[in-house]
Amino acid sequence: MFRNQYDTDVTTWSPAGRLFQVEYAMEAVKQGSAAIGLRSKTHVVLASVNKANSELSSHQKKIFKIDNHIGVAIAGLTADGRVLSRYLRNECINYSYVYDSPLPVGRLVVQLADKAQICTQRSWKRPYGVGLLVAGMDETGAHLYYNCPSGNYFEYQAFAIGSRSQAAKTYLERKFETYNDCSSDELIKDALFAIKETLQGEKLTSSICTVAVLGVDEPFHIIDQQIIQQLIESLEIKEEDAGEADTTAMDASPEAAPMDI
Amino acid sequence: MNSSFSSAATKGLECITIDSERTLYPYVTGTSVIGVKYKDGVVIAADMGGSYGSTLRYKSVERVKSIGKHSLLGASGEISDFQEILRYLDELILYDNMWDDGNSLGPKEVLNYLNRLMYNRRNKFNPLWNALVLGGVKNGQKYLGTVNMIGVHYEDNHVATGFGNHLARPILRDEWREDMSFDEAVKLVEKCMRNLIYRDRSAINKIQIAKITEEGATIGQPYALKSNWGFSAFKNPTQGAVGSW
Repeated sequence: MFRNQYDTDVTTWSPAGRLFQVEYAMEAVKQGSAAIGLRSKTHVVLASVNKANSELSSHQKKIFKIDNHIGVAIAGLTADGRVLSRYLRNECINYSYVYDSPLPVGRLVVQLADKAQICTQRSWKRPYGVGLLVAGMDETGAHLYYNCPSGNYFEYQAFAIGSRSQAAKTYLERKFETYNDCSSDELIKDALFAIKETLQGEKLTSSICTVAVLGVDEPFHIIDQQIIQQLIESLEIKEEDAGEADTTAMDASPEAAPMDI
Repeated sequence: MNSSFSSAATKGLECITIDSERTLYPYVTGTSVIGVKYKDGVVIAADMGGSYGSTLRYKSVERVKSIGKHSLLGASGEISDFQEILRYLDELILYDNMWDDGNSLGPKEVLNYLNRLMYNRRNKFNPLWNALVLGGVKNGQKYLGTVNMIGVHYEDNHVATGFGNHLARPILRDEWREDMSFDEAVKLVEKCMRNLIYRDRSAINKIQIAKITEEGATIGQPYALKSNWGFSAFKNPTQGAVGSW
């Protein structure tokens, strides 16, 4: 059952200098269905793959509005994601109560990372099993951050998390250099292409993805499902070749320890 | 019945007065502050008097201070409470700067913070005994507003506290223009201050004028305004005043 004797609680080091429980929490992010984010100078787009748990159930929400200027997409334990979303909403509301202005995104992300870090250093706690892509606007421009269970956070031009996200990352790595000057429509288009990459030939329809956008003079909002369906059809990405099965192998990247990602 | 009620009420009152660590009345106070927007920014003026009750006890109290990069704060009312407010704001700005992330609190944010602070303290029946004027410029946007000890707050193109509301603002309403130069704004503010020196017994003839623009804040050196007390009406105030006493 256990991989070794050093993974029974979060605060115990392995002789190799690793915290296995934290690494397991990072694995939970990879199990969740994919979420991606990309940004230009003026806009940020979030997109997620919606997987229903069973034929009989609906899917769980993976993209949350935090405030008019901030939204998150999650991968991993949805329940943990909701708890953290509530925390983020609270921080935003309190800030605007005191200062009557929107909370700077970078500061919120640091607070969130500190909250996650505490869970990696307390014996009676467990790390959050969720990764968050935080999209936001503030006076320094548009931002996209990734927060992970280890307490680390990174800023990105474009990023993907969750199962088979490596395929989307490969796609984004090929194209991110052009994103800075893109319009929101172009970003949304590429978000859909990146989402499609994670589906591995499964048909992309508006019912299995959610797309949200925010930007200058554009408060965070989830884009209507019908509009997404029209977009998918107009972009002719609905069918094409169902091949390209080279993505599964890349999922487990061996070169970096999970905490570094 | 009546007596027992009133004695209970008196007891309650005693409790408040004896155990209270609240400001029940102010000790050293400053009088009016006025603030005016002009073409490039905001000007705030105040005299330097500190009254101990009605005694003009201190003569060089600085009642205008700069807050962070984008704001100026002027205060009337209890001087020690103003100093406490400055301590709160110093901490606020310090923590804001420590983020070092390109975001900063502007005048709007500072005034909203002050409003929450003042209203919260009033709700604890422990007010900070001041009326504050906050002016600033951030991202080309001029800002001027006021908040007082009970949490009343508003923005305007020109504001004043205390007696200034009665003696300075009528002048400002007549003569203020959006496109005034700095010199014109100073002229107008001096006219208001002179009026206050003549008619507000707590005002003294030593004033400071501070300005804030996109480039930052400068608080001017203290100086005296020319005033003339030789009018014959001043020399013999009762002459011609027919009264029953």
